[in-house]
Amino acid sequence: MSTAASPSVLSPAARSRIRSGQRRKQLDRIGDRTLFGICLFAAVLCVVTIVLIGYQVVDGASPAISRYGLGFLTDTTWQPNFGQFGAGSLIFGTAVSSAFALLLGAPIAISIGLYLSLLAPNGVRGIVAPLVEMLAAIPSVILGFWGVLVLAPFVQGTLEPWLHGKLGFIPIFGAPETTGASIFTASLILTIMVVPIIASISRDLFLAVPHDVQDGASALGATRWEVVRGVVLPSTAPGVVAASLLGLGRALGEAIAVAQVIGAGSEIQASLFKTGDTLAARIANQFPGALTEMHKSSLFYLGVILLVIGLASNLIAHWIGRRFSYDAGVVR
Amino acid sequence: MNEQGYDPSAPLVPSGNLRRRRLFSLLAEYAATAAAVAAVAVLAIVVYTVVSRGASALDLDFLIKGAPDGIGPELVGTFVIVGIGTVIAMPIGVLVALFLTEFAGNRATHLIRLTLDLMNGLPSIIIGLFVFGLLVNHKQQSGIAASVALAIIMVPLIARGSQGVLLLVPGNLREAADALGVSRWRAVLGIVLPSALGGILTSTVLSVARAAGETAPLIFATSVFDPSSYSLNPFEALPNVPVRVFQLSEEANPEGFAEAWGLSFVLVSLILFASVGARALLARSRRKLAS
Repeated sequence: MSTAASPSVLSPAARSRIRSGQRRKQLDRIGDRTLFGICLFAAVLCVVTIVLIGYQVVDGASPAISRYGLGFLTDTTWQPNFGQFGAGSLIFGTAVSSAFALLLGAPIAISIGLYLSLLAPNGVRGIVAPLVEMLAAIPSVILGFWGVLVLAPFVQGTLEPWLHGKLGFIPIFGAPETTGASIFTASLILTIMVVPIIASISRDLFLAVPHDVQDGASALGATRWEVVRGVVLPSTAPGVVAASLLGLGRALGEAIAVAQVIGAGSEIQASLFKTGDTLAARIANQFPGALTEMHKSSLFYLGVILLVIGLASNLIAHWIGRRFSYDAGVVR
Repeated sequence: MNEQGYDPSAPLVPSGNLRRRRLFSLLAEYAATAAAVAAVAVLAIVVYTVVSRGASALDLDFLIKGAPDGIGPELVGTFVIVGIGTVIAMPIGVLVALFLTEFAGNRATHLIRLTLDLMNGLPSIIIGLFVFGLLVNHKQQSGIAASVALAIIMVPLIARGSQGVLLLVPGNLREAADALGVSRWRAVLGIVLPSALGGILTSTVLSVARAAGETAPLIFATSVFDPSSYSLNPFEALPNVPVRVFQLSEEANPEGFAEAWGLSFVLVSLILFASVGARALLARSRRKLAS
């Protein structure tokens, strides 16, 4: 092939081979660019979607924002018939139900994470871990429906009277209502939802703690609990906090199941056993039958509040997670 | 030694402080085990209730007839909505994953991962408000609007799942392709994607299982429907399972409850079946790629 430089002496077959090679090269360049282009397009589309979501929600809320301003956040009257709207009692209900769910759920979930990572025999772990994750797969509407028909009567008939009897001197455990629809029931449902999220992330965190450090602590005479308390928990604490924040974000934003069991009350009450409502649940309950444009816009305003809180908790979790390097609770 | 109180003939059992510490450790172990048992018990109770109350309503008529005798239209509507949602979400999710693994630099990777995390953490009711403002307001409810909402929920799940599998594709496969002078796009389409296909499909199935039960966005997109007649037209509101369960649970009507239990049973069995199967497949395809 020493004559390759001068095409005139090439056989026709070789010449067509070179030409097809050139065509192929051209095709490859187009192919590479196209693939890059559509991948970039898809990625940009995601970013645009997030921005658009923010824009749409704020846009829908703008009449209410310009009419009520920030006073909306503290005003506790919500009377669509009189055109009066304020998010105060809903923010209260959201904060209380989510905080209680996290208070109850996080210790349970972290314990499950510890059990699955350090205690469970291999065979048991392979069964229990997917079962706990399956709890997260149950649709919220079905969990809420179960909450209405099974959990709420039990809570109202057994749990609340018992707590009221034992701890009734604390105002949050007031007298039970006639139905089981209460902030307490909603918190229990939310607990069921946040546990699998926090549990599976914290299990992964605990599994990543180096074994020689734990073995070292054991060799120095630490009991199993002391290893957990002294080595495992301190070294994973930021990740556990991030996991709890993700759980909190989930609890704050859950609309359907809460709407089903919380009873749609509009007052701020000390007792957990009274009805209440959350931002998300109010949107779900009232949006389809919204009376006026201002009513709709106020519901959008609730969405703005929810969006800000939700984004904040996710951003903090992401920020901690990035510094701490763990994989957020996405299906892996 | 002996004058310091050491008795070599004493049995080696913990005493005093050590006994207390061991006891505390043991209690902590029991507590952790109890937490795991409690979670599994709650799952068992929920599934048992759904099965015991839903299975009795179930027969062929119930599955194919319209309301008030059956749930056929809702099932079909959910299939249509979720199907279209998957068709929208899967290509986008996979392309985003490809962008992350094949093209993105550090900064872009960070931005996209943040976006996916935020999308994943977004309350689904917000997505409902978004879809309402974008596709329903001043127009009409439609199955398409519901599909778009579900797609927004599915994209981050598919993208992160696919990215995980794509990262597992052995580097030497790519290097071999490079050494043979294979161009990027041919390598991606011919080598990388096919070897990750199993994982991509299973993470898609998992995201479908998650999206199929989503209710909040559908309340905005497709909640005014006639549950007694079949509809396949995605440009109008479609009957669907989650919204119907929600509506029935809000009415205090025992017959409605029976129908809702039946709907719940069908939905839960589909979802659990899909996610269990997909997880098993995912574990297998990861093992195959990793080995």
